[in-house]
Amino acid sequence: MFHKKIKLIFLLLSVFPGFAYAEIQEFKLSNGLKLVVQEDHRSPVVVSQVWYRAGSIDEVNGKTGVAHVLEHMMFKGTKHIPAGQFSRIVAAAGGKENAFTGTDYTCYFQQLEKSNLPLSFKLEADRMTNLIITDEEFAKEIKVVMEERRWRTEDKPQSKVNEQFQATAFTAHPYSRPVVGFMNDLENMTAADAREWYRNWYVPNNATVVVVGDVKTQEVLKLAKQYFGKIKSRKLPERKPQTEPSQIGERRAVVKAPGKLPYLAMGFHTPTLQSSPKTSEQEWEPYALDVLAGVLSGNDSARLNQKLVRETSLAVDVGAGYDSTSRGRESLFELVGTPSEGKTVAELEAALIVEIEKIKTDGVTQKELDRVKAAVIAADVYQRDSMFYQGMQIGQLETMNYSWRLIKEYPEKLKAITSEQIQAVAKKYLVKDNMTIVTLDPQPIDPNAKPAGKPHIH
Amino acid sequence: MFVRFILGFFCVALSHVAYAGVKISHWQTRAGSDVYFVENHDLPIIDIAVNFPAGSARDTKQTSGVAGVTRYLMTLGAAGMNEEDITNQFADIGAVLSGELDVDRAALKLRTLSSEQTKALETFNKILHKPDFPQAVLDREKTRIVAGLKEAETQPESISDKAFMRALYGTHPYGLDGSGELDTVNALKREDLQHFYQTYYTAKSASIALIGDMTETQAREITETISSGLPQTPTVDKLPEVAFPSTSSSQNINHPASQAHILLGYLGIKRGDADYFPLYVGNYILGGGGFVSRLTEEVREKRGLVYSVYSYFMPMGELGPFQIGLQTKKEQAGDALKLVNETVAKFIANGPTEKELKAAKDNITGGFPLRLDSNAEILDYISMIGFYKLPLTYLDDYNKQVSSVTTKQIKEAFKRRIKPENFVSVIVGAQ
Repeated sequence: MFHKKIKLIFLLLSVFPGFAYAEIQEFKLSNGLKLVVQEDHRSPVVVSQVWYRAGSIDEVNGKTGVAHVLEHMMFKGTKHIPAGQFSRIVAAAGGKENAFTGTDYTCYFQQLEKSNLPLSFKLEADRMTNLIITDEEFAKEIKVVMEERRWRTEDKPQSKVNEQFQATAFTAHPYSRPVVGFMNDLENMTAADAREWYRNWYVPNNATVVVVGDVKTQEVLKLAKQYFGKIKSRKLPERKPQTEPSQIGERRAVVKAPGKLPYLAMGFHTPTLQSSPKTSEQEWEPYALDVLAGVLSGNDSARLNQKLVRETSLAVDVGAGYDSTSRGRESLFELVGTPSEGKTVAELEAALIVEIEKIKTDGVTQKELDRVKAAVIAADVYQRDSMFYQGMQIGQLETMNYSWRLIKEYPEKLKAITSEQIQAVAKKYLVKDNMTIVTLDPQPIDPNAKPAGKPHIH
Repeated sequence: MFVRFILGFFCVALSHVAYAGVKISHWQTRAGSDVYFVENHDLPIIDIAVNFPAGSARDTKQTSGVAGVTRYLMTLGAAGMNEEDITNQFADIGAVLSGELDVDRAALKLRTLSSEQTKALETFNKILHKPDFPQAVLDREKTRIVAGLKEAETQPESISDKAFMRALYGTHPYGLDGSGELDTVNALKREDLQHFYQTYYTAKSASIALIGDMTETQAREITETISSGLPQTPTVDKLPEVAFPSTSSSQNINHPASQAHILLGYLGIKRGDADYFPLYVGNYILGGGGFVSRLTEEVREKRGLVYSVYSYFMPMGELGPFQIGLQTKKEQAGDALKLVNETVAKFIANGPTEKELKAAKDNITGGFPLRLDSNAEILDYISMIGFYKLPLTYLDDYNKQVSSVTTKQIKEAFKRRIKPENFVSVIVGAQ
């Protein structure tokens, strides 16, 4: 009902007895473009994704949201394809297409009958280098993006809490800023800002092409060379290392918005996996945090739901989540929930802390660990049912500067985690000085009230 | 993650497409349940959906919410197992229990590794056959649902959805909110759930869909067991017919949100409707085809008035809604609505062009293999075919049916079926 965040668990593609899976293969073109191919011959279709290492993490103050705005502009025409035609061409081939922008990347994709892969490559290669951003198209599309922000964030209380939560937990790191951008920045954004972004980041040496489907790897490689191979590489802007300073005391914020139910988001700064871990802790701690999230809320009988929703009825909804991977190498271990009527966010906060303290003192049971492992083994197989999801895993990892090989290692590493290691990460990271709490204070609706915030000037 | 467009809506009316790769076996169990089975050993997975005519249209004004509560409570206590036991039984083997509820249908679904099927099915069958509906769990869940309902009363999207369905369907059960009402949910008793289960979760009315790593012999055993343990009560009656709105109606509901949420529409089509294909293909052109529809072109691409604007037919057991929706900054709600009305009126008056029709057919028929490229998707399609008793050849004929649609048929069908002068409209949060 109130879950905020889809948690991606990276799981293996390794051999399951009796079911041979094709290997993933990777290539690098001479212009720096990376290609990763996974053959999957279950259906005569193909998923083609182009991932750019360009997300909101790369934005600067005053221009928040430009990564996402550029994503919209990528459908607005090139030297060869007039505005509005990209989607029509894909549709005529029976394709599905879209794009999405996150903190760490921007991804464009098509799903097609397998013989249409060359069309996808042709169109993507074209807009990788020939995009035209006119002032006129920009002026229309920026309005669309502002409507998107209103719809996703302005009028959704929990989205506003999440925006405030990121802004409070992170002070220096760009993860403090919303992917969609602040309204003020969108209002003041220009076509020149979008062009600058495109010029900086849309180059083959900043892109990974992922193909999953009923294809032959060598033929995909040949096609990739044919379409993407002639695009010239360009030097990328320097990326400064950005590290969030250590938190030295708990942080709190309150968001008021029209609604009935309060909501609480609690988070702790945690590490992520490193591409080349230097210490043993760096290697296993993220896995321990991931198992901890599973023990707390991996299923409906996991600790938080069982205790706080089912047994004590303190909350109507509760959950925990942690991402072990990110390009910024920063993560938060999050706990969220909605108190039941008559209960307060303070009571819910206290109850969540009790559950965390129990982990620290008593650890977790073997049965709980076994359940997380069973989920891993099963999910490993289930996710093979979706080509798109397999492509997502590969593309995300590559764009975040890990390797797709992590998919294979992940389950074994996760299964090796012990109760002591879970206690250790809980004691080290889930502490008050490292905690951020943002709550939603629901406001009664006054039908005559004007929207909050400064008036819009046209 | 910020997506350029929300695709969810466009799938609604697409619900039956297939390609030659899917071979459906069909039989009936001894207790009278219809079975639809696809054998596929590519992955060591089994997927099962057991579907019942037990959707929210089986609620009454007095018992609004009972269908949803019954389906959910079935999974929270059965054959003496409590909710924690049930969840843990599945979690121990990595099996996933899920459920669905719409106006027509209630479904319980199971996904498991084929190696764990015996254990998974044992618990699944307890849920289907011997739900306990524990009183304490019911009391708690009622409190949670009521909290959700109170929240929904404050959010523009849920306010507009509810008002639209009520205005369109009047006293027909399709107009009831599947989540129920504050007083009706509060009044639900354990006996109401037991009675609902006995009446609507019957072997004779169940249809079972299966796909995955099992032989037909195994599928027959599995479905015999499922079917024989269900209530052996009579077949469920058909729903009453829907009455058409005889005049237009419009509601303006105040809300402080920054955007106005606008819904408008009329009664659309049934499953198996004779006009299904002309209306479906026509709607792809009007507002169903994502970025390339007329509504998106006019309202979003040319003028930047919205992030999302769409139209769809939701085919249901009885006439489902034909719905148009958009959200836009409240100051420009009037302009956007005017433009939508003009676009719809023009389409109904003149129909599509030959060029538009060709593009629509190219997309729908060319994209055919994408609709069924996973077991999860195929399961949903065979569930739908089974539940609505569509012919087994329906999948094989689909592209042929789409290809034979003409511009004349589309224009004629829209004119005959869709009456803008009687549209129902709801605007939440306009200025």
